[in-house]
Amino acid sequence: MFELGNLIKAIYSWLEGLFASWGIPHFWLDILSMFIVFGMIVAFISIAALFLVWWERKVSAHMQVRFGPMRTGWHGWRQTIIDAIKLIMKEDIVPTKVDKPVFVIAPIVVFVSALMVYVCIPFGRGLIVKDLNIGILYILAITTFTVVGLLMAGFGSNNKYALLGGLRSAAQIVSYEVPLTLSVLGVVLLAQSLSMVTIVTSQAQVWDWFIFRQPIGFLVYLTAAVAEVNRTPFDIPEAEQELVAGYNVEYSGMKFAMFFFAEYTNLFTISAVSTTLFLGGWNGPWLPSWMWFLGKTFFVILVIMWFKWTYPRMRVDQLMGFAWKFLLPLAFLNLILTGLFA
Amino acid sequence: MSDYPKSEFPERKTDKDHISNMIDPLGKNPERVVEKIDTEEFIVNMGPQHPSTHGVCRLLLKMDGEVILDLVPYVGYLHRSMEKIAENRTYLQYMPLTDRIDYVSAMFCNHVFCLAVEKLAQIEVPERAEYIRVIVDELNRIASHLVWLGTFALDLGAITPFLYCFREREKILDLLEMVCGQRMTFNYMRFGGVSRDLPPEFIPQAREFVQYFKPRVDEYEYILTDNPIFLGRTKGVGILDQKTAIDYSVTGPNLRATGLKWDLRTEEPYSIYDRFEFDIPTGTNSDTWDRYMVRIQEMRQANRIVEQALESIPEGEIKTKTPAVFKPPAGEVYARIESTRGEMGFYIVSDGSTKPYRLKIRTASFSNLAVLPEMSRGWKIADIVAIFASLDVIMPDVDR
Repeated sequence: MFELGNLIKAIYSWLEGLFASWGIPHFWLDILSMFIVFGMIVAFISIAALFLVWWERKVSAHMQVRFGPMRTGWHGWRQTIIDAIKLIMKEDIVPTKVDKPVFVIAPIVVFVSALMVYVCIPFGRGLIVKDLNIGILYILAITTFTVVGLLMAGFGSNNKYALLGGLRSAAQIVSYEVPLTLSVLGVVLLAQSLSMVTIVTSQAQVWDWFIFRQPIGFLVYLTAAVAEVNRTPFDIPEAEQELVAGYNVEYSGMKFAMFFFAEYTNLFTISAVSTTLFLGGWNGPWLPSWMWFLGKTFFVILVIMWFKWTYPRMRVDQLMGFAWKFLLPLAFLNLILTGLFA
Repeated sequence: MSDYPKSEFPERKTDKDHISNMIDPLGKNPERVVEKIDTEEFIVNMGPQHPSTHGVCRLLLKMDGEVILDLVPYVGYLHRSMEKIAENRTYLQYMPLTDRIDYVSAMFCNHVFCLAVEKLAQIEVPERAEYIRVIVDELNRIASHLVWLGTFALDLGAITPFLYCFREREKILDLLEMVCGQRMTFNYMRFGGVSRDLPPEFIPQAREFVQYFKPRVDEYEYILTDNPIFLGRTKGVGILDQKTAIDYSVTGPNLRATGLKWDLRTEEPYSIYDRFEFDIPTGTNSDTWDRYMVRIQEMRQANRIVEQALESIPEGEIKTKTPAVFKPPAGEVYARIESTRGEMGFYIVSDGSTKPYRLKIRTASFSNLAVLPEMSRGWKIADIVAIFASLDVIMPDVDR
């Protein structure tokens, strides 16, 4: 009853009828729905990112015997909205010595690549923008694109800390991309498809969820994904205590907000992808599919936040060693086992 | 460090040699920049404003990628001429200023100044005052170590222990505030005793804190000690061998972490430390992890001392009367104390007037910071942060 997919389908067919009766070509309906869907996705991501920032602050506060924001609304729910408005209204500073085009484009690159992933995230039954037949491959390709933006930011800032941060993030993301992709391959082997919807539908029952058939794969994916989004214990590119703020040290105002926004959007993305790949996506009893999807995703996000507020940060060489000497062999082992027994 | 400033005072504006050897940050000297880019190494100016230099220390790092080739700590940003000011103040007027030397463990600064003046003027301290001094000293030691533990974990990227430590520190500060009305700059001790007696509710609350604190240390250990990432960041990192430590006159937990059992509380017992039973924790590998472990255990031992002192504190006077115009006899004296960071000493030369003729302060942080370059060569920039934090340097303590 509360399936949003059906609702959207109904609205679309109603619009189709309307357009037919007015005699407008179908092409214009496609254009219109494209814009509407884009707006919906951007609105959803914005709300999700704002919520995640607030949630992270509350989660961390309660783990650290504090309250977190309390003054703005009920338990400070307006806090991040106010923060976002503040960041947007701040003066947009471009330092004199930066490489201006690179400096200005970098946050856009990061932001757009964070946004493009949402083309094939299945939010619920029928709630996917485009079910590409190479869905997961597309997502992996687009998420890696972030590194270009970070490198641009680090290089364009003309700042040593930023440069170190940019180089670190490049090394890190490229390294962790390999075990990440290999861990995803196990799921692809089992589902025999790259399409996100097919992957979800092949885990219809709880015991079919790939987390039970791919436990090693799930752990490798989660670890590598945390490294992909630069969060503790793998947050060396923006290690505050070493590099002050890493690649975004020279950014302020709206440009900084875009990095920040992209960071939380990516956090949501990796959690959504791990839900889709390993936790059965939208499948679940009683509740509507999109609620199951969001619930599982936020659970994964909570686990990732839990990492952040518990662990210290690794060192850059330990991080590389961990990726190449531990995660990669483990991912290969998982792939071989999957190939043999599945 | 061949292409580094050769002058003795490279901070001087007039020191052209120094300026031309640095990469010109404002780009006024473009040829020089190009010349420097040809080489692989680069110089990073870490501080004075940097999240992990604990105040205003500036570290000049010569780096090859992420690896530190050489490091020079620049100090002096917090210099307040403490020693010169003393020459223009009466002895008692100088007492509040001693709080500002090492504001994280101000009780020790009070105590050592009192010790020096008492030694000079031959003042006897009543027994109850000695007990009070030991109690507040050791409470302050715990509070200071908590600040250290929190910031150390923070520098390694673990944010949560910081808040845990400050939760307990808050209780200690409440206790100390109860005693002297101040939370950090106590100005509590006087020549011949302390400024006021313990309030009646202090002892029960302090006993409660002692019991409360015991399991808390286990909690810190639980979140850090055996954590593989923490071990990876600290085990074997920043080794300071015993000989270097002694050569640089490193003292305190940093020296004890090298395995040398040197603590002025037992080596040269001042106050009434010979009446209490406590252990001197030492390390074996003299790495960052050992320095962490020594301090963790020192917190337990300090708690033990407070517990014993609270049990046996006698009633009685809290201060020997000193004349209103206090004139110690002419002469010179050196008194030292085991502060949180190591040996802290006051050297006073008196000419028999109301003001010291000369006053020299020996602080542990200065020597502890001086040894940093010896420990950091060859480590990564992330390790510098860990090593620097593990030394527990307080910048006002370095600069005075």
